[in-house]
Amino acid sequence: MSHAAPAPVGGKLVTPITTVLGVMVLAMVAVLAVRFVYGLGAATNLNNGYPWGLWIAWDVVTGSALAGGGFATALLVYVLNRGEYHPLIRPALLAALLGYLQAGFSVVADLGRWWDFWHIFWPGYAQVNSVLFEVAVCIMAYTVILAIELLPAALERLGWQRAKKKLERVLFVFVAIGVLLPTMHQSSLGTLLVVFGPQVHPLYQSTVLPLLFLTSTIGMGYAAVTIEAAISSVALRRPLEKEILGKLLQIGRGLMALFLLVRFGDLVWRGALHFAFEPSLPMLTFWVENLLFSVPLWLLASAAARGRARLIFLGAMAMALGGIVYRLSAFLVAYQTGAGWHYFPSLGELTVTAGLIAFEVLAIILAVRVLPILPAARSSS
Amino acid sequence: MSAIDFWLKTSRVAKKLETSDELGAASRRFGLPRRDFMQFAATLVASMGLPTSAFGAVVNALTYAKRPSVIWMQFQECTGCTESLLRAEHPTLDKLILQLISLDYHETLAAAAGHQVEAARRAAMEANKGKYILVVEGAIPVKENGIYCKIGGRTAIDLVKEAAADAAAVISIGSCASWGGMPSTSPNPTGASSVATVIGKPVVSIPGCPPNPYNFLSTVVHFLTFGALPELDAKGRPKFAYGRLIHENCERRAHFDAGRFATQFGDEGHRQGWCLYKLGCKGPETYANCPSILFNDCGAGAWPVGTGHPCIGCTEEGVGFTKPIHSLAQLKTVSPPTQFARPGEEQGQGATAVTAGAAAVLGGLAIGAGVKLANNLGKRDDADEKARGGKP
Repeated sequence: MSHAAPAPVGGKLVTPITTVLGVMVLAMVAVLAVRFVYGLGAATNLNNGYPWGLWIAWDVVTGSALAGGGFATALLVYVLNRGEYHPLIRPALLAALLGYLQAGFSVVADLGRWWDFWHIFWPGYAQVNSVLFEVAVCIMAYTVILAIELLPAALERLGWQRAKKKLERVLFVFVAIGVLLPTMHQSSLGTLLVVFGPQVHPLYQSTVLPLLFLTSTIGMGYAAVTIEAAISSVALRRPLEKEILGKLLQIGRGLMALFLLVRFGDLVWRGALHFAFEPSLPMLTFWVENLLFSVPLWLLASAAARGRARLIFLGAMAMALGGIVYRLSAFLVAYQTGAGWHYFPSLGELTVTAGLIAFEVLAIILAVRVLPILPAARSSS
Repeated sequence: MSAIDFWLKTSRVAKKLETSDELGAASRRFGLPRRDFMQFAATLVASMGLPTSAFGAVVNALTYAKRPSVIWMQFQECTGCTESLLRAEHPTLDKLILQLISLDYHETLAAAAGHQVEAARRAAMEANKGKYILVVEGAIPVKENGIYCKIGGRTAIDLVKEAAADAAAVISIGSCASWGGMPSTSPNPTGASSVATVIGKPVVSIPGCPPNPYNFLSTVVHFLTFGALPELDAKGRPKFAYGRLIHENCERRAHFDAGRFATQFGDEGHRQGWCLYKLGCKGPETYANCPSILFNDCGAGAWPVGTGHPCIGCTEEGVGFTKPIHSLAQLKTVSPPTQFARPGEEQGQGATAVTAGAAAVLGGLAIGAGVKLANNLGKRDDADEKARGGKP
């Protein structure tokens, strides 16, 4: 099966949409200036009961999970040698790079003494037994790997064919590392909660959290790749790769089935299933996310359904939303340090998160117009 | 085994004293076994904070000193101080009052009554002129020339001035006598005043409602032993008992420092035995040794804070019976760290109209975009179907 080679989409860079996105990014920069000069308290609603908030739960944990499309697609294409997914790889890697840049940046923004962030890399300062250390180093390393994996696109654009050929000869090494690293830190994001013990609601606290986080990340990654493909198809008026995406979601369905099996099996095994029927906020989010996770299982059950663009999109959305609700509720709703504490993201936190999303969208729009990321459009039918 | 028992068992001085004949006579007079008598003496030494070398002097004083005459007068009071003294356990205080001192006048305890007992008071004052100890329990009303409290037709002002004139020492027992106490609570209709203001000379104050009996007893024994009163603070209170804030020796102090506060009776923090500061405990501004010597000789926790009630500051003028029980104490030491949550206390910032609105707008935009996209893709599906000649 041969595919059209990736090519720049072209077109104007300054449009009403990119201008709006640019303004949102500027608003984020303004809030971050306040945060970095006057401290977390001036810009966020973080407190001693909620030492982390939107920036960690969304920008780091959820953002990097949605960016899992990068490694999940690389796993399919390069490791399992499924060439038919090749058209998806560059957009997935681009989104992953941006997602991980966002995650790494948000961690720095969330550090109380952010000017000491380099201690993580400094032998003697780094606490090598910490779960967070593993996450931080892994995310930083993976961001570099992603940049290298995307480098051929840039070299192609510059016309440096010899350099590109040389790089592609050793690229498999980086691809291999690039598939390994996310499995480590995505599962470690689950381990982060394990160490909080009883502070996390029993519906969420479990020793299988790493496995749950890993399976849902891969599912969310495929969902994100599908949604991106759908968006770019509509926005750029190009045909949707329905066949490939339908197959991708078939894998996603398997992952969702595995996730639900492990999740409920673990609850039964721990004897904590009754919490799913005792009214509480974590109970509510528990059912919402599991229902969302189950949507692709029945919505996309038939091959005909997997051939319909709308259902593909809706199934992917449900999978992604389920993962989002799962992560936000595990890190903010089910994580309670004591009675009486309240947290809701401040306007500043919301502005930064919205600004980061705007930055990613803006970067993707600009990148696909300038770099060979998307497959060249065949004459649309 | 308490430290006192250990010291009695190991000290050579104590052993020698215990086996002496004189001590045997004294212990018979008190109606106590020798060891109990020794223990009583040692307890007094310890509660006054005296060195162990003073033990011999205290035993001697208890054994040989001529029992001083004590005139105990009661005015605007509830007899709580007397009741408290009667319930002291080692030894029972009725024995002590009758053996250690010569209690020549006490309205509650006297067998005599009416003119007979008034005559006994006058006789004792005459016989021990300049040597007797005057103990006053209760405040003295001064409004309208003191007509609100009379005994045998004479006002309390008259009686206390007369008795104080020839006393060797005046001890005011309880908060009423010490600084006005409960009867002086605003608007103070009777003009209830302390003994010191009425007689115009310094007195030894043992405030409390009621005061701890051992603080009174230790003061008396100190006087018997050394012929002088113990060191007093500016308000006439013995420093050994009122030198420190309750807060400084409170067993719940660690919870205060860690920011763990009970906020309601019976809440999680209260059941965990956390600090009662936020329930209005006046320990941080009240000087007394309650947490150190406890009450009623029944072991650990036997004092108000130990049982879960905030200190009301009963010993402290301007605090007890003046400030509302559950209002916050004025801290004399460090303020509690406010950044700690207390049970049930709402902290942090929840959703406001602005932030919830902003989040809703962002979420709405995302959902709207999703729906629009799904519709768009749906239309394309339909077009594909049509092109393939299937049903729409």
